[in-house]
Order: sequence, then C-alpha cells, then structure tokens
Amino acid sequence: MLKFDHVSKVYKGGKKAVNDLNLEFNKGEFIVFIGPSGCGKTTTMKMINRLIEPSEGTIYINNEDIMKKDPVKLRREIGYVIQQIGLFPHMTIQENISLVLKLLKWPEEKRKARAKELLSLVDMTPDYLDRYPHELSGGQQQRIGVLRALAADQPLILMDEPFGALDPITRDSLQDEFKKLQKKLGKTIVFVTHDMDEALKLADKIVILRGGQLVQCGTPDEILREPANEFVEEFIGKERLVQAKPNITTVEQIMNPRPITIMSGQSLTEAITLMKQHRVDSLLVVDENHVLEGYIDVETIDQNRKKARLVGDVILPDTFAVEKNALVRDTIRQILKKGMKYVPVTDENNRLVGIVTRTSLVDIVYDSIWGDEAAAE
Amino acid sequence: MSAVIDFLSQNGMELLGKTWEHLYISLLAAGLGVIVAVPLGVILTRFEKAAGPVMSLLGMIQTIPSFAILAFFIPLFGIGKIPAIIALFFYSVLPILRNTYTGIKGVNTSLLEAGRGMGMTGWERIRYVELPLSIPVIMAGVRVSTVYLIGWATLASYIGAGGLGDYIFSGLNLYQPEYIIAGAIPVTILALIVDLILGKVENKVTPKAIREKNKTA
Repeated sequence: MLKFDHVSKVYKGGKKAVNDLNLEFNKGEFIVFIGPSGCGKTTTMKMINRLIEPSEGTIYINNEDIMKKDPVKLRREIGYVIQQIGLFPHMTIQENISLVLKLLKWPEEKRKARAKELLSLVDMTPDYLDRYPHELSGGQQQRIGVLRALAADQPLILMDEPFGALDPITRDSLQDEFKKLQKKLGKTIVFVTHDMDEALKLADKIVILRGGQLVQCGTPDEILREPANEFVEEFIGKERLVQAKPNITTVEQIMNPRPITIMSGQSLTEAITLMKQHRVDSLLVVDENHVLEGYIDVETIDQNRKKARLVGDVILPDTFAVEKNALVRDTIRQILKKGMKYVPVTDENNRLVGIVTRTSLVDIVYDSIWGDEAAAE
Repeated sequence: MSAVIDFLSQNGMELLGKTWEHLYISLLAAGLGVIVAVPLGVILTRFEKAAGPVMSLLGMIQTIPSFAILAFFIPLFGIGKIPAIIALFFYSVLPILRNTYTGIKGVNTSLLEAGRGMGMTGWERIRYVELPLSIPVIMAGVRVSTVYLIGWATLASYIGAGGLGDYIFSGLNLYQPEYIIAGAIPVTILALIVDLILGKVENKVTPKAIREKNKTA
C-alpha cells in the first residue's frame, strides 16, 4: 500500500531531515511515526502527500510513484488532519466536512447527505451541520477535522499529532473512538505523535525515528519486547517496559528450565522415588530425544502398582503443552481456564524444554507489582 | 435660510449634476483601485520579496502632493475627467493594496496548510479561504480610500474634471463664501453617505461566522 524506497530529505543549507528511509506498510495498518522533536517524523509524513518533496528516493502508494502524480489530485485522494484542527471558521460544519467533495465537484445534495452520514459516525446529531466551528468544543472540532479527512472515502489518511492540543480526557476518548472507527472503515493511517502511550494504544506498527534515521519499526509488542537499543528503551520508559512485561514476555523467559522427567522404559519404583525426592506429584515422560510423550501422576501409579511395572504401561498421553515462544499472557489464560497445575513447555520439535507452574505465575505478578523496587535493590 | 433656498432655486439642478459628476469620478477611481489593488495585493503575498519594494514605491507616490500629480498628468493625458480619474486611482491603490496584503498575510497559516493538505489549488485557497477571511480588512481599506477620494476629487475640478470642486474654486476666485459652502457641504455629506453604504456592503460580504466572532471579541 505504502512504500518508502531509499527516501531522503535534505533541506536548503544541507540539513538532513530524513536519511535513507526504507519502509513498507500494508493496507489497513495503523502506522505511528514517533520520535523526539526534530527526528523527521513530520517531514516523513508530509512527503507522502507532497507538502514536502523528497530530495532522493521514491514513495509509492499502491505501487504508483507519487512524484508522477499531480500533487493536487494526489492530496485529494489522501485525508489530512492537523494538530491545530484547521477548520475554516467562515464555513459551517457541513461546508467544512464536505469541502474536499466540493473541490471534487460533487453536487450539493450529495455533499449534504455525505456530511450527515459522516456526522453520525461520531455520534453527533445533524443539527450541528449548520453551526460554525467556534460554537463547538475542542474535542468536537477535532472530530469534524477527522470527518473532513474521511469525506471522500480516502483509503489513506495522514494525521499530524491530531489529538495533541486536546485535554487528556477528551484525548483519551477520541483515541478510543478513532481506533474503533479506523478498524471499522479499514483505513490505512499514518499518524505522527511524540506520545508513547498514544502510539502503544493506537498503532499496529510503530516507526521510531531519531535524527532522520529509522531506529526501529515493529508492532507495539515487538518494540516492548525487544527494544532495538538503549534509545528506544529510554524513549519507551522503564515504567512502561515493566508494566508491559506480562503482555510481551514469552513462556521461555519465565519457565522452569529443569522439569522433573522420567523415561517410559524406567520402572514405577524409580518414578515414585523420583517424586518423593523432588516432592512432586507428577512426572513428565520423555523419550531419549527429550520429546514429550505424556505424564504420570501419583494416583495412576497407586492404582496400577500391582499390574504394571514400567512407566510406559501407565503413561497418560499429554494433551496440552505450550510452545516456548508463546506469550505468557495467552498461557496464563489457558492455565486458568483449564484449571491446570502446570503446563509443559516444548520447542518446535515437541521436545520438552521446561515447565510453567502456578508458582511461576506468582513470580510475574510479583514482578509487575514490585518490579521497580526489586530492580532498584 | 432664505439665502440657502435662493441659492438652491437658482443652482439646484446644477448642484445635483455636479454632485453626480463628483460621485462618479470618485467611485470610478475607487472601483479601478479595487480592481487593480486587490489582485495585486494577493499576488504580492505570493512574492514576499517584491512586496516591500512595491509597497514603498506606492508609498512614495502617495506622498506626492495631489496637486502636483494632477499637474503632472496634464501633459500626459491632457485635461478633463480622464486624467483626474487616473490621478485619483493612483491614490486609491495604496490603502487597498496594503490592507489586502495585510489581511491575507493575517490568515492563520494552519488553515492554509489544511487547505493545501486537502488538495486545494492556489486559486481555490484564495477563493475559499484567504479572501473570505480577509474581507473585513480589505473592505476597511476600500472604505478609507473611497472617502479620501471623495475629498480629493474636489481638486480634480482644477484640471477641468468638474464635480463639486467647481463651486469651491469659483467661490475662492470670486470671494463668494456661499459657493464654497455649496461645494463643501455636499462633499462632506457624500463622503458620509458613501462610508455608510460601504459599511453595509462590508457587513454583507463578510461571512456570517466571522461577523459574529468579531462582534463578541
């Protein structure tokens, strides 16, 4: 959908605002450009609708080189929302919303109908149509600002810190509202912000820039889990990293890597000795390659003591194990739902690599509550 | 009082004719001024570098005494209405131009960015954003220059353009104060009425929301 190919921007006087940027995004993605001021995020965004022209490289929208298109035509196909809202004070809400349609020479009747339809998307009544921007609150004004960018059903929308000037409560509700709207309409959004919370909340993909260079590009989970370098870590903030831990840690990071195991060829006596030794009530059964075969517990041993002799005779085939790369978040849910006491962890070849018990979960909860202090000690 | 009635009964029709003459000289010059100065003002906002020199050049022309200009135009355009209108036109340009320039420069840049970003052409930005928003300032310039022009148009009779100046000059030459008054009072009334009408026009062409906002501000 949107592709940056070796894009650079050098301003007069040799200041390099954006340096050799290579990015590619899919349709329907919510892309957030983030970085400290002067990192080139706004410049990068404005190059998409040619408010700023790239010095080098090519930007493609649906495989079309934007430099080969008429800039006015290009901009009418891309929605644009700015921080200062930029509603025209001399036009009614209806005129503001449908301005692009007027430029596109839609007939008056259709424009009006469209404005009404859009207004209902943000739960505003049609009587707002004839009001003027100064009669609306800041939050309502920016809602209209967003609607204006949706008027011609543009598939791509650029937003330059659109919620930056709003108070925190309004901002929060507008973010929620807008994220829902974006999902519903399937728009591709390029969103510029310097607020990490906003980025984590809204983005499908976060692009972190610094000094015109790409630092990291990934989903919020990826960035929280593996910040590319110290700059990113600092930018995200320690607090958020700790808070986000249960959401992004993998099972491998919290599992006990030395589960008590036994092989199916061993005797039940050995099994019971092992249990006593380690004070556990069940054992995981593996083969010589450490591939998980199942488990035995103390009750089955007790019931079958007379009849069977080997572990393999009474083994209960294990039905549930998690992959080591699975997220803890999902694992917790499964453990709780299934009422399991533990979950074996396997690698991609179904070899046993560890175990997650309820006790491991206690560690995570402890960390997310006391993590900061524990780290400080 | 009877003197006034006497004067009017003798010169009434002529006075009306002169007033009309006066009005159309001034309004024509002001109209030409608007036609030239508003587009020029808009163009100057697009060429910032030229704006300074053009403004100071016009400022200089403005400082030349009006009598001198009228005299200066005699060899170029002869005498009569046309040179008078041209000379007055020169005076009307600067206030309108300056107000147009300032008005358009004063339009919030974020609105212009929004307009550009949503795909307005340069002309559409002027037509839908810059002009409507700077109308009050431009109209103020038009009012000021038109009222001035009505005053200055009295001098135009000196080069044979006619108008109410004829009375004032004859009054001065013949030492007849009633002629001076007969010229001066209608000029004043004319200026007031035109100012009033232009005020109404200004109100009419200013977008409703801007009008309301200015009222509350």
